[in-house]
Amino acid sequence: MKRMIYSATAACLIATSALAAASTPRIEAGWVRATPPAARAGAAYFNLTNPGKAPDRLLGGSAPGVERVEVHEMSMTDGIMRMRPLTDGLVIPAGGTVALKPGGYHIMLIGLARPLKAGESLPLTLRFEKAGKVTVTLPIKTPPAAGAH
Amino acid sequence: MIRRRSLVLGGLAVAAAAAAGGGGLLYLRTKGGKPLIKIGGPFALSDVDGRTVTDRDLLGKPTLIYFGFTYCPEICPTTLTDIGQWLDRLGPKADRLNVIFITLDPERDTGPQIKRYLANFDPRIRGLTGSVEAVAAAAKAYRIYYRKVPLEAGEYTIDHSTAVYLFDKRGEFVAPIGYGSAPDRAVEQLTALLG
Ligand SMILES: [Cu+2]
Repeated sequence: MKRMIYSATAACLIATSALAAASTPRIEAGWVRATPPAARAGAAYFNLTNPGKAPDRLLGGSAPGVERVEVHEMSMTDGIMRMRPLTDGLVIPAGGTVALKPGGYHIMLIGLARPLKAGESLPLTLRFEKAGKVTVTLPIKTPPAAGAH
Repeated sequence: MIRRRSLVLGGLAVAAAAAAGGGGLLYLRTKGGKPLIKIGGPFALSDVDGRTVTDRDLLGKPTLIYFGFTYCPEICPTTLTDIGQWLDRLGPKADRLNVIFITLDPERDTGPQIKRYLANFDPRIRGLTGSVEAVAAAAKAYRIYYRKVPLEAGEYTIDHSTAVYLFDKRGEFVAPIGYGSAPDRAVEQLTALLG
């Protein structure tokens, strides 16, 4: 009896995720940068895949203990670091993947109520123009040193 | 006078380019080995406990200086972590080095804010802040480009030069260490600096 319930639940889950997969953006290999105490800003990174047939746009999001969640782009030219908010969002082409990673696109976490501690995790809700809200829980990690690559 | 000014302005761009390349500064030296552009100069700032620190306090020891801000999400914490690793690798020799972090965001980076922030990094890193004008003067003396960029809801971030600068014990500029520089190379540069 117990086993039957399990398999029914499992079947149900598979059905739901299969349905969702048709349109919901996939968030993979995600992580949040651990922050020093007193840091007021942090960043989250992941690979974002749009399995849908139309382009979508990542607009922003929310997370507990974070005042504002924005989509930013960082660039490094002639040794100068620049960071800009993507006010029109980040376009993910139909069937395409966009990488949010150190030194490039990232989710900016502004106004941290408490430090993001390595080993813990952060539930991050992302807001898309078409897919609406998608929540993922990302591990908080200490990044490797800049010169370590 | 006009000629002098354009030389200085040109120098800014060249210094930034050199900082990026790390080794590019070789081109800026005369045959005698003297740097053509003056990097570094007088400043008067405060440490995290409010005590005045000037460029003169750094003389007598070689110095490493990095400009950044504590709201910086990636480059600054990474660089401060890197600096800590270089110091660890230098061992006790590192105690003969001034290691200075100067904020480019004096409005938010007060002494106590920097103190709490730096608590997570190597204790040999000393944080400096000051008035908006005092920080601007220090950044200018060190040829540091920085610019406030507004975000939503009154927040802002700061674009800035990312290189770490090395000076000898007389305060003469020696070389930059570019962001993401190989740790072996950085430790080599610091070892040479410490003599
Ligand atoms: Cu950002």
